[in-house]
Amino acid sequence: MRKLLCAASMLALTTLPAMAEPVKIGVITTLSGPAGYIGEQVRDAMQLAVDREGGKLGGVEVQLVVEDDALNPGTGRQIAEKMVSDEGIKVLTGIIFSNVSGAVVPDVVDNGAFYISSNAAPSNLAGKECHENYFVVSWQNDSLHEATGVAAKSLGYKKAVALAPNYQAGKDAIAGFSRMFGGEVEEIYTQLDQTDFASEMARIRAANPEVVFQFHPGGLGLTFLKQYQQSGLLGQVPMVVSEPSIDGVILQAVGEGAVGIKGSTHWEIDFDNEASKEFVSSWKAKYPDRPITYYAQEAYDSALLIGSGLAKAGSPEKADEFREALRAADFASTRGAFKFGANQHPVQNWYLTEVVMGADGKPVGKSQGMIREMVGDVHAADCKM
Amino acid sequence: MILILEQLLNGLQYGVMLFLMAAGLTLIFGIMGVINLAHGSLFMVGAYAGTLAAAQAGNFWIGIPVAIVAAGVAGLVVEAVVIRRLYARDHLDQVLATFALLLIANQGVTYFIGRQPVPANIPAALASPIELLPGLIYPPYRLVIIAAGLLVALGLYWLINRTRIGMLVRAGATNREMVRALGVDIRLLYTVVFGLGALLAGLAGYLSGPISAVQVGMGEQVLLATFVVVVVGGVGSIRGAFWAGILLGVVDTMLRAFLPGLLRQVMPASEADALGIGIASMGIYLLMALVLLIRPKGLFVAGR
Amino acid sequence: MEKRKTLGLALGLAVLLAMPWLMETFGSSSALSLASRILVYSIAAASLNLVLGYGGMISLGHAAFFGMGGYAVGILYAHNGGDPFLGLIPGSNHLLVTLPAAMLLGGAVAALIGALSLRTSGVQFIMITLAFAQMLFFFFVSLKAYGGEDGIIIRRPNEFFGLNLRDRTTVWYVVLGFWLAFMLVLWRVIGSSFGAVLKGMKQNERRMAAMGLAPYRYKLYAFILSGMGAGLAGALMANLMRFTSPDMLHWTKSATLMTMVILGGVGTFFGPLLGAAAYLILETWLGGLTEYWQFWLGLILLAVVLGTKGGLVALVAGLWARLTGGARP
Repeated sequence: MRKLLCAASMLALTTLPAMAEPVKIGVITTLSGPAGYIGEQVRDAMQLAVDREGGKLGGVEVQLVVEDDALNPGTGRQIAEKMVSDEGIKVLTGIIFSNVSGAVVPDVVDNGAFYISSNAAPSNLAGKECHENYFVVSWQNDSLHEATGVAAKSLGYKKAVALAPNYQAGKDAIAGFSRMFGGEVEEIYTQLDQTDFASEMARIRAANPEVVFQFHPGGLGLTFLKQYQQSGLLGQVPMVVSEPSIDGVILQAVGEGAVGIKGSTHWEIDFDNEASKEFVSSWKAKYPDRPITYYAQEAYDSALLIGSGLAKAGSPEKADEFREALRAADFASTRGAFKFGANQHPVQNWYLTEVVMGADGKPVGKSQGMIREMVGDVHAADCKM
Repeated sequence: MILILEQLLNGLQYGVMLFLMAAGLTLIFGIMGVINLAHGSLFMVGAYAGTLAAAQAGNFWIGIPVAIVAAGVAGLVVEAVVIRRLYARDHLDQVLATFALLLIANQGVTYFIGRQPVPANIPAALASPIELLPGLIYPPYRLVIIAAGLLVALGLYWLINRTRIGMLVRAGATNREMVRALGVDIRLLYTVVFGLGALLAGLAGYLSGPISAVQVGMGEQVLLATFVVVVVGGVGSIRGAFWAGILLGVVDTMLRAFLPGLLRQVMPASEADALGIGIASMGIYLLMALVLLIRPKGLFVAGR
Repeated sequence: MEKRKTLGLALGLAVLLAMPWLMETFGSSSALSLASRILVYSIAAASLNLVLGYGGMISLGHAAFFGMGGYAVGILYAHNGGDPFLGLIPGSNHLLVTLPAAMLLGGAVAALIGALSLRTSGVQFIMITLAFAQMLFFFFVSLKAYGGEDGIIIRRPNEFFGLNLRDRTTVWYVVLGFWLAFMLVLWRVIGSSFGAVLKGMKQNERRMAAMGLAPYRYKLYAFILSGMGAGLAGALMANLMRFTSPDMLHWTKSATLMTMVILGGVGTFFGPLLGAAAYLILETWLGGLTEYWQFWLGLILLAVVLGTKGGLVALVAGLWARLTGGARP
């Protein structure tokens, strides 16, 4: 039997040289635990981009190899080693959490493979530790929250309360917001595993600010928003958020309580460009009862970027050509204008957005105009490539 | 002043929630000697079952009996299929088995219901905040939770102190071997205790759904705090679980609310915030370490 | 009987020495680094087993010592060639400096935690060790200077006699060397009079006390030794991963170590190795098969607990006895 199969594949190889093995793309993402829905979005959006071309990206046949890192750096690393050295995978993507990417990315790029980040972009990889094989399609944390600061300022607020969990990304969030906001900011730090924010709600009420800025990604954000509504603050004190605090899934779980929240974003579901419209409609056709999130959009864009590289280089094996092609960022991004900065992190526009009630009775994001034009991040200056 | 009162209420509510979880756990711990890591999964089962049923029926209150029954049944099944085989074993085997159950439960929910959090809503009548005192605006739903917790506490007090089952439970918590030696059907007692713990966890899970999030892994987030409550209160003691729950709830809330502000009086603001929240996040663990160093068996020793 | 044991050990050693060749021939190239990880985890699990299995102290805080070992390497690396740590301790990237530093740190932290925790026992001991480990976890999460939640990326692995510690085969032999040394020391400790006292305490603490042996002091010594072992494992892990983060200190890591010990066989010499191997191989293998791998992992763990008494070591011994048709060796 085995011999037969062997012979058959030999035959296939000799007669159809063009039908070579598909290029494998490693997708390491978080599929279990509370953040599992994010990984699901990433996986499905990438598949959507591949299906769009009938199993190809940039005209080259590809195959996604998806594995769950369970939000564990060690597990992520083991998967990456398996993919790179056993399966010969040259392009990896999909990691959501900074600490997993800290364990995975340096090893992947040092072994000559490419890492295209669809979400995580820790600052320690954006500056001095930047690498020619490491590309970020999503955003760098600092620029994300700076944009929200600009948004709050442009809305005319002067006095804010800023809340974030007491860890690096949380502190960066408040620092980034405050830097661009310019007004008076009272800082409140929460905990990473907190499930009850009643105490913080009371403090917000006591501080009586003009606006509240909060950064609580994933499930934390869901809890925070619900309790904000229940405490009666929602109607009284306006809120501005950065994208990760209010993705589409959270929006659906919070329901009408989210209406009126403003924020900054690099992409919104109503964007009027061909790529975005195609993405949104094909998602809705395939997953009618699942909301679209930024995670999905970033993953889709990442797949398109990989496609643009494959279209020019033909294969990631031709590393130099593939890298050059990626740097050019020659693809129609769902967010419109897009290019890479010196550290191969995005330079992009930021928009004001607001949650409104959609025609179907579900809350939905609505973009309101550009607030920052083609900005990169502060770490690019430290990157010597 | 109003702020302090409001924060006290918040602490009380959090404490009552912890008590609902801890009551069952402390009995299972104290009487059966089982370290049940899957207690958080029963919390999750209650939350999912109740929330889904309530959404189907369009009525919040339908969810309560559904949550209790679902978690109770799940608890009985787990006891009969897994835990019962492990009574004669090392505690460590029980830890591993219940850890395995936790993995299975989480992935089961992921597989059958999906990864996205399930929307859980407050009944409309309780949705808008009310003014308890001038300047003290409070969500009524949280008052319901406090009331439910106190009711359960009273009910358990009656059950433990006034009924035959309660007598056995008390005896079991004090001296397990003796109860067995007296010819009591210890198996039945274990099943009852495990079932009771499970349904309380299910109730807690459902009630906390609208406040936090109904999602995979929601049980583990409260599991650690619950274990802390059990140990601080004294293993096997319902009374201990009650007072320790409230103590920890209030201390945790108060530290978060006021410590950074207090520290700002004596040091620069940014350092005060960092130190304050640092201590606050360690708060319950610090408290537990302190209590155990002074009273190694916890605040209340079971059976007294 | 002795003969058969020696034969078994020699065979085992031969397999370990030939591992790179075996993996090259029958396995895959990344499987060798999985094997290295297994050895490192088995050092941590065996350290835990010293207090848990032999001493009866159920610690759910061993991630603290594991993590401290990792951070010793990470922090020394961060200061290498720069300002000294706390203005006193110069940084280093030599394995012969960082490993002892990690063991020292692990031992010191274990001494501190142990001195306080050992005043309690039973469930309270479990929880208080957990509490101290969680405090350290929160401390490192908010420690901005060393990356906080994001951790420290150790771009270059430590230096060790000019060997390339990124080459898998080299890493394997280096790790194997440390593993053998560790297991040898552990063997001596368990076989010594100290080990006998420790096992005696587990069975009957009062009798030991009546014999004039202070239980507290002996338990504390064991706890410190165990902390040093876990610190060593953490330092090796930081070198393998070239990364350290608070994740190493999280309570789930303590639970994983405990799972490995129980899975392999509590209080057995090779149990932690078997447990670590089974756990990590299952994780990798199932993860490649299905995204619901944790479900199957749970089922398998459950089957092992319900189906065996005494973990994999007992299972293997039972199978061996049945195969050879004789009594258990």
